[in-house]
Amino acid sequence: MDGSAVTPIDAKSITGKYPEITRRSQLLVVGAGPAGIAAALEGARLGLQVTLVDENPVPGEMMGLDVPQFYGQCMTGAVQNPGRMVEQILATSPGLEAAFDAGVEVLLGTSVWGAFVNGPAVQSLPGRVAGLADQSQSWLCGFDALVLATGARDLVLSFAGIERPGVIGANAFHALVARYDAFKGRRLVILGSDTLAIETAFLALDHGIEVAALVEVRGEPQGSPAAVAAIEARGVAILTRHVIVEATGTLEGVDAAVVVALDAGGGARPEGRRVIACDTICLAIGLVPTVELADVLGCQLAARADRGGHVATRDASGQSSVAGVFAVGDCAGPAPDAAAAGAAAARAAAHWLGVAVPDEPPSPTPDPGNSDTFAYRMDWMRALTATGSPRVLACLCEEVTRADLLGVKPPRYLDCTSPQMVARDARSLLADGPLNHDQFKRLTRASMGPCQARRCREQVAMLLALASDVPVEAVPLAGYRAPVRPLPLSLLATTGESPAMTAGWDVWFGIPGQWTPYADIGTEREVLDDDGSGDSMHL
Amino acid sequence: MTSNRGAAVVIVGGGVSGLSAAWWLARSGYDVLVLDKGIVGWEASGRNGGGATHYQSPLFHEEQRLWPQMDALLGYPTEYRRERIIINLTPAQQARTRHMATVCRDLGYPSVELDNGQLRTLVPLAGDDALGATHFQFGGHANPQRTVQAYAWALQDHGGRVMQHCPVTGFVTAGGRVTAVETRAGRYGCDALVIAAGPQTGVLLRQLGITLPLAAARAEMIVTEPLPLMQHGGVDGNGLYGRQTLRGNLAYGGGPHEWLDENDGTEIARPSTPLLGSLSRRLAALFPKAAHARVIRSWAGIIENTPDGRPVIDRLGDPDNVVVCTMSSVGFGLSPATGHAIHDLVLDGTCSFANIDKLSLRRFDGLPADWRQRRGWVPPLAVADPVGSAVDRR
Ligand SMILES: Cc1cc2nc3c(=O)[nH]c(=O)nc-3n(C[C@H](O)[C@H](O)[C@H](O)COP(=O)(O)OP(=O)(O)OC[C@H]3O[C@@H](n4cnc5c(N)ncnc54)[C@H](O)[C@@H]3O)c2cc1C
Ligand SMILES: Cc1cc2nc3c(=O)[nH]c(=O)nc-3n(C[C@H](O)[C@H](O)[C@H](O)COP(=O)(O)OP(=O)(O)OC[C@H]3O[C@@H](n4cnc5c(N)ncnc54)[C@H](O)[C@@H]3O)c2cc1C
Repeated sequence: MDGSAVTPIDAKSITGKYPEITRRSQLLVVGAGPAGIAAALEGARLGLQVTLVDENPVPGEMMGLDVPQFYGQCMTGAVQNPGRMVEQILATSPGLEAAFDAGVEVLLGTSVWGAFVNGPAVQSLPGRVAGLADQSQSWLCGFDALVLATGARDLVLSFAGIERPGVIGANAFHALVARYDAFKGRRLVILGSDTLAIETAFLALDHGIEVAALVEVRGEPQGSPAAVAAIEARGVAILTRHVIVEATGTLEGVDAAVVVALDAGGGARPEGRRVIACDTICLAIGLVPTVELADVLGCQLAARADRGGHVATRDASGQSSVAGVFAVGDCAGPAPDAAAAGAAAARAAAHWLGVAVPDEPPSPTPDPGNSDTFAYRMDWMRALTATGSPRVLACLCEEVTRADLLGVKPPRYLDCTSPQMVARDARSLLADGPLNHDQFKRLTRASMGPCQARRCREQVAMLLALASDVPVEAVPLAGYRAPVRPLPLSLLATTGESPAMTAGWDVWFGIPGQWTPYADIGTEREVLDDDGSGDSMHL
Repeated sequence: MTSNRGAAVVIVGGGVSGLSAAWWLARSGYDVLVLDKGIVGWEASGRNGGGATHYQSPLFHEEQRLWPQMDALLGYPTEYRRERIIINLTPAQQARTRHMATVCRDLGYPSVELDNGQLRTLVPLAGDDALGATHFQFGGHANPQRTVQAYAWALQDHGGRVMQHCPVTGFVTAGGRVTAVETRAGRYGCDALVIAAGPQTGVLLRQLGITLPLAAARAEMIVTEPLPLMQHGGVDGNGLYGRQTLRGNLAYGGGPHEWLDENDGTEIARPSTPLLGSLSRRLAALFPKAAHARVIRSWAGIIENTPDGRPVIDRLGDPDNVVVCTMSSVGFGLSPATGHAIHDLVLDGTCSFANIDKLSLRRFDGLPADWRQRRGWVPPLAVADPVGSAVDRR
């Protein structure tokens, strides 16, 4: 660019249109679980100005959408009482009081719907900003360093009847039982037999909830021998080589889990069918790291079996590929000591900010994780598809069945029966290039619904991997986009905009002459079509 | 030349423009090969508002003639729906919309004015304070993601070929003609070439010694959860363009664009920004009865513009077997007609159904090299990331 000439600003472009950011945080911590609370406390101890944000208590209607966990309508009316919910959080989150006392700005009931930094294709932001919203207001919060301690979310694999109230995920169950004391059920069937499933069983028993059985597709219980023995000692049976085929019941709820024994070929043994009475079926096959914000920020992600899914790639200090953004706790994969890891991340953030960090204890050794995670989940998926109907839903929001997905069927409301369309299926797309989840999504609508693909992202990828015989980690992640929580227009509308944004707003580029009727171009009428505002017409 | 290493017509770019051209040529029995650097329709063509009402274009009549037939012609659903309604909330918006109605009436396309009561009957999500609306009894909108795949499959059904993940890196010329394109997978011979590579069209043409002035920018949209279906999906206004999809979601965009530096086709992220707050604000005002609807996603697409904002659809003089097409940020709706025009230019050197002379590349002869700077069509100076940039300096 010629340094002497002043480049004008295109009045319709984004340049200079973001408002100045008035709320700021030196260290923004997202997630007030053990990892986030420890990060906030350590940050405050090091003299940083810290904001700690957590969406809990999640509004009841959000829970009804299965956001952020798979609550499966298992909550009691108690979740509709915000005051009580906040009390429950304070009572069940050790360290939160201390964070208040240490001067941390603690924002509960506040979700972070996006986080943004300038990069190759965005240079207009007024710095690094996060989008925050509580129930009444949305705003932008500037940050210097960011610790993502967003935890993990429930892995959902479906079977007939999954949409019935009473099918829940292990994390949602944990939240409703241990955090909110707002769980409706009395008798549980748990899917899985790994540590997660066994911990879920203990949690239930300790709260007086009956556990009818654990169901395991593999030949052996997956938990440690000690844990397996301990849960069996409490009288809980583990049905190995079994898979669930249906949650029976009514629109009101589940009344039983129908399970079948698997034969050597992985199919159902007809004589091995059992109906186990229960009011709740808990999916405890796995958890998926919550990487929405990392993805929105443009952090590099990698599919890691030992971390339970896609996670941000990190250096030794826990820093992601985006400078000053750290990921810690369950969102980075299993963390045996989430609190120690959180504190270490705060120290790394302080160091990155140029703040002196005294007497650094050594970072906790990372959990090696379980590299069998993907194989284990695929064993479940294989058993579920071998014994279940192609009409089982792959995507609950959009009611896309497994058959619709693999047949690349347009949604039913299009009522398309052309022979060409009928002749197409997954093979058509695969013949033209490697498997891509987003390509199936845009044609079938699977993963396009209001739960923002929380309930189907992994299983759609797994179904596609199975059908095309590629490893699941080779299926590109269906991307996350802001807002990472489904928030009302009226709420996001309060985010605020600058007078320059309001004044310079146009439908499209506002290029003078772009909408001049063709016949008028080059004639004296040309000026008539342009009212001088350069405003665009509609597309 | 019809060996499987090439085709009679090679088309660079599998967006709607290139795909439609390939479909038209394949339907006419020509051997076509579309090469795309990624997946078909992965760029602007699969990320846009789906509007198909482009009265400013010489291809308008053909656009209007073709859309109602496209599902049948292609054999795949495009989700096309007829007609548009533009809601006016302010007198300035109303004046603008009425001007558009006059322009269209002069072209022979009718519209009617709706008062607030009529508007709310037709568009239940509209509010009590809207001044009214103009109901354009033509035009329409379709689903871009279905449409791109429909073109690709339809052209295959006619014997054409599509190669994805195959960026074109150069050209082989001989005797004033392009005889082949270079890719990582080797050369593909051609008798005729179409370059319809969106923002990368200029970069590619430079290799042929030809200057096509283009500036690329990023634009954003949002989508809500589904709402009860309205009788008309193509309702917009209040500084927004967009539609209610047949599923019921509100998908809308508008507002400021961000100019980007030239990109040679290297994969970059297409981030969206907190602009979604401003989009939400305008959508809630446009449809007060939908203000409760939850936003479930935002996204961004990258589109190019020429200096006058109008397309270039032209057959070059030298080399003389190359047709170039850039739609200058308004190319989805016109695509059925664009493909027809390209088909004609490839085969006959002239468009059979419309005069498109004013879309030729020659109009930019003599444009100063720093035209982007002169207009301010440049990226914002990398601003205010003091923390991040301090670290970058380390
Ligand atoms: C059945 C069961 C029993 C368990 N029992 C125990 C136990 O006894 N003791 C123990 O220490 N651990 C237990 N755990 C494990 C424990 O919950 C997690 O390992 C641990 O909490 C991980 O900590 P974290 O800080 O990484 O994530 P989490 O504790 O999951 O915290 C993450 C927080 O971030 C919030 N969040 C995420 N995204 C956003 C956003 N965009 N905006 C705002 N907020 C956001 C989440 O809502 C959540 O509150 C149990 C887990 C289960 C499933
Ligand atoms: C947010 C948004 C909203 C919009 N709304 C509307 C609307 O409502 N109505 C409307 O009509 N238009 C709209 N547009 C504009 C419209 O999307 C574009 O004008 C149109 O899609 C252009 O299509 P194309 O095929 O010319 O280019 P593109 O879609 O850009 O396709 C070009 C293709 O070329 C490929 N390519 C590039 N370089 C190479 C190479 N070297 N080798 C091989 N392949 C290459 C790319 O991968 C790409 O697939 C909108 C655009 C955006 C971003």
